[in-house]
Amino acid sequence: MTRYSPQIIDHYENPRNVGSFEEGEKDIYTGLVGATSCGDIIKLQLKINSKGIIEAAKFKAFGCGAAIAASSLITEWVKGKTIEEALKIKNTDVTGHLSLPPIKMHCSVLIEEVVKKAIDKFKIKCHP
Amino acid sequence: MDYQSTTPTDERVLREMLPYFSEKFGNPHSNHSLGWEAKDAIDFARGQISSVINAHPNEIIFTSGATESNNLALKGIAGFYKDKQNHLITVKTEHKCVLETCRDLKKEGFEITYLSVDRDGLISLEELREALRSTTLLVSIMSVNNEIGVVQPIKEIGTICKESNVLFHTDAAAAFGKIPLDVKAMNINLMSISSHKIYGPKGVGALFIQNNPKINLRPLISGGGQEKRIRSGTLPTPLIVGFGKAAELSEQEISMEHNRLLGLSKEFLKWISDIPEVYLNGHKTLRWSGNINLSFAHIEGEAMMLAMKDIIVSSGSACTSESLKSSHVLEALGIDQELAHTSIRFGLGRFTTSKDIERAILNVKKAVKKLRPMSPTWEEKVVETGAMQT
Repeated sequence: MTRYSPQIIDHYENPRNVGSFEEGEKDIYTGLVGATSCGDIIKLQLKINSKGIIEAAKFKAFGCGAAIAASSLITEWVKGKTIEEALKIKNTDVTGHLSLPPIKMHCSVLIEEVVKKAIDKFKIKCHP
Repeated sequence: MDYQSTTPTDERVLREMLPYFSEKFGNPHSNHSLGWEAKDAIDFARGQISSVINAHPNEIIFTSGATESNNLALKGIAGFYKDKQNHLITVKTEHKCVLETCRDLKKEGFEITYLSVDRDGLISLEELREALRSTTLLVSIMSVNNEIGVVQPIKEIGTICKESNVLFHTDAAAAFGKIPLDVKAMNINLMSISSHKIYGPKGVGALFIQNNPKINLRPLISGGGQEKRIRSGTLPTPLIVGFGKAAELSEQEISMEHNRLLGLSKEFLKWISDIPEVYLNGHKTLRWSGNINLSFAHIEGEAMMLAMKDIIVSSGSACTSESLKSSHVLEALGIDQELAHTSIRFGLGRFTTSKDIERAILNVKKAVKKLRPMSPTWEEKVVETGAMQT
């Protein structure tokens, strides 16, 4: 087990925005990254309105404490942001905020990736 | 509940050790009264340890622990006999210290066969027979697996080795003092033993080396040759005294402790069986009952460890290791990587009570309840099967 910072423990203990949006709910764009074989899967759903603003976010994660905490953090960060702003979030912002140990760096990379994947879905649909 | 990693030193053991740190501090290799006092204590411990495995006291050599014993057994034998034979047989599920030693020996020109195991973690005696060559020097197979608790057919392996005139070494770090071992009846030529797994102090272990016929080893450490010219270094009297006492207690309590732990482990598994998709890794009955290795599908092992706040366990998940690789043992059993990442090892031992078991069950259930609804793979499963969320 890794020794985690209080920020990670906080997000792990009280994860924000866990879950999935109701099926049939509109304007939901889902990103999925990772593989069970690597021990990490993160699913991020963004509710993005026609102006390109992220109104809400939900996540589910199979992974270590760091993966869960980073997923929880990103749902808070992207909420209220435009997609352009959200895409500017770098993995190093996540590592810095959570004090992720070096061995868990890949979790923050997955987070950057999953945000991009969800927003890509929006772009394909709205600006094909 | 991580008794397979290590155990606390039993108070009865500690009490025996204390005088050897202070008033009885002599160097057991000194030729005066203080030295003799220490030497007598060490010889007494040699007797306590050899008695557990039906060996002679002078067949026991003290080391720093089972890792050194395994290194010494394999490199020592290989180094001495390398001009005659150059083939070694071991198993994919061995402890890293055996596997890494074999890797070192391969670089020196030895040929190594790694036996596979079945889904239950057991080797095939047929495969062992087929792997034997005229150049085979040594077979090294652990008695009890440290990760999954599976007990290999040691007596049968010993018989095959004897028939083929091949030396047999067993890493008994997880077996010594826990299951009955008899080096004569089981035809074991060398055995690695650890102290801290049986409520003795850390930093000491032993290698049993059969006397008759004599087996030669090339030393790993150069020096005064204090241990029969095979191992050098001043012996740590207090640790050895503790190790001896710990061995004696384990021998006295072996069958009582076995039955008690079997009861506790059955109780634990009975309650856990209520939870869907939990799998026991390793053979169901041919196992040391103090080791329960379970995969909790859809929950990554480290997250599970974090959620079980009142108990301490270990996991075969990559996320808990320094190397980010999941358990090589579970991989050898053919367990999906996904399930390997969800494995948790519960270790029961001398001080585990049924209250601890109850607490562990509550912790497990709470953790599963918290983490499965968070898991995207569990969500898929629920959608596919229409199963109720647990």
